[in-house]
Amino acid sequence: MIIDLDRFIAAERPAWIELETMVSRLEADPNPRMSLEEVERFHALYERAAASLAKLATFSAEPETRRFLESLVARAYGEIHETRDSRRRILVLNWFIRTLPQTFRRHVRAFYVAAAITLSGCAFGAMATAFDPDSRHATMPFGHDRLRPSERVKEEESRASDPLAGQRSTFSAFLMTHNIRVSVLTLALGMTYGVGTILLLFYNGVVLGAISFDYAADGQTGFLMGWLLPHGAVEIPAILIAGQSGLVLALALVGWGKSIPIAARLREASRDIVTLSFGFALLLAWAGFVESFLSQYHEPVVPYEAKIAFGALELLLLCFYLGRSGR
Amino acid sequence: MRAAALAIKTPEGIVFSQHLAGPVTRFLAWFIDFLAISVLTMALGQTAQVLGVVSPSAAATVYTLGYFVISFGYAILLEWIWRGQTVGKKLFRLRVVDAEGMRLQFDQIVTRNLLRAVDMLPAFYFIGGAACWFSRKCQRLGDIAANTVVIRSPLAAEPDLTQLLAGKFNSLRQHGRLAARLRQRVSPAEASTAVQALIRRDQFEPAARVALFAELASHFRAKVDLPPEATEGVSDEQFIRNVVDVVYRTGAGRR
Repeated sequence: MIIDLDRFIAAERPAWIELETMVSRLEADPNPRMSLEEVERFHALYERAAASLAKLATFSAEPETRRFLESLVARAYGEIHETRDSRRRILVLNWFIRTLPQTFRRHVRAFYVAAAITLSGCAFGAMATAFDPDSRHATMPFGHDRLRPSERVKEEESRASDPLAGQRSTFSAFLMTHNIRVSVLTLALGMTYGVGTILLLFYNGVVLGAISFDYAADGQTGFLMGWLLPHGAVEIPAILIAGQSGLVLALALVGWGKSIPIAARLREASRDIVTLSFGFALLLAWAGFVESFLSQYHEPVVPYEAKIAFGALELLLLCFYLGRSGR
Repeated sequence: MRAAALAIKTPEGIVFSQHLAGPVTRFLAWFIDFLAISVLTMALGQTAQVLGVVSPSAAATVYTLGYFVISFGYAILLEWIWRGQTVGKKLFRLRVVDAEGMRLQFDQIVTRNLLRAVDMLPAFYFIGGAACWFSRKCQRLGDIAANTVVIRSPLAAEPDLTQLLAGKFNSLRQHGRLAARLRQRVSPAEASTAVQALIRRDQFEPAARVALFAELASHFRAKVDLPPEATEGVSDEQFIRNVVDVVYRTGAGRR
């Protein structure tokens, strides 16, 4: 049997048009609100359009009408069956005070794993510098291998003019964007079942460990702390959070201890990954600002004790924020 | 093997399908977006140049931050406000949708765009392209993580059958019983073939068009033993139009 399309369309068309109007309104409105009657009407219209589609698929192969109905039913289906919170308005303060720290704590084990990987990288970097000083060329980027720490400290402390004068904001912007890009890559490499994320975290650890050991062994611990702590107290945790989000992604792929399908696991993890990524971007923006405007000033301009105290305070506040906020 | 369409079955038991976009179309859409980003970056460069007259440092800062925002934010912002489309996707009628037919969420858009960082490795979206090529739903890694697919979304206009169905006079309508028999014997697939031929008639070469409708007419004539006056003076194409009219519009003869 083939249905009488003309009569069928004439009978059903008003319902389809009404449904299309409602769907378009829902799609255009960021925070749609419907009365109970409207919801009931919307549901009835959706079911009627779906039934029309089923009828058409069975009794007629006319493609144009079918395509129109498929598109309409698909749009209405998404609006009706969606159960996730789809508010378009993001409450920034609520996100900062509650959502971000709560999400961090929900996946804190992934953070510990990221920290452990970085620490093992640190140990490796320190040992490499201790046992094979030639490895400096491989483990110390950004020209740190060219000067002994004591030479650099002497150079920095005796500098008469500011080499970054007039360039600090540009340097700050460069640090922010570069660090965020690297962190996003750390997160994205979670798609390699975490292998890429682990390698990047380990490499970061190696660099940190090698440089730290080099300065400590040369008796420049005060300078090192004063140089690294003001921005590192925020930057290093931010990179660890990027690693944490990469590991959350990898865990969703692997699915240990979860019997739900991979698509459902990824769907579950997606929102948390995005929250964490905005979190580390925010922290890295702050770290970039501090690194450019404070970390690069050394004694006698700024006493190391003051810089170390500032870094320690930041770390304390960050720990308090991530550990306690939104409880 | 890659599927051409994504079929979604609703709890009501209705199946609807979304046509998946292929890697080549997606690459072309991406290229348009790449050009759009380049234009925006050039505009930013010009603005920074003007600002550089006042403060070179401020200009460099604005350019660095602006470029970062454009390169990361372009796709996220447009896909969010245009519900899964960017300039390139709009041009090629592509759309990002939830792989299960649900409403596309902000976190899905951000996830799929953040994961471009790995999809674009080592250059020119090699990993993303390869993933798309081998994935059943043509998904790059970002799509897999965000549970999204990119579909072709042609304009779904209201159906208009006036172009397909016969004009005021249909010689088959003079033979009601035979028309009913024809309707009974034509399967939906055969009817669809006739409709498709009518829809695409202007795309054929003249000779191919004549040959196609001759073949179709002979096929449908064999279904029912029609009297000569029902087909005399009627071209093969008009005959098919009459057949489609009879098959799809059962009530028209009674009007």
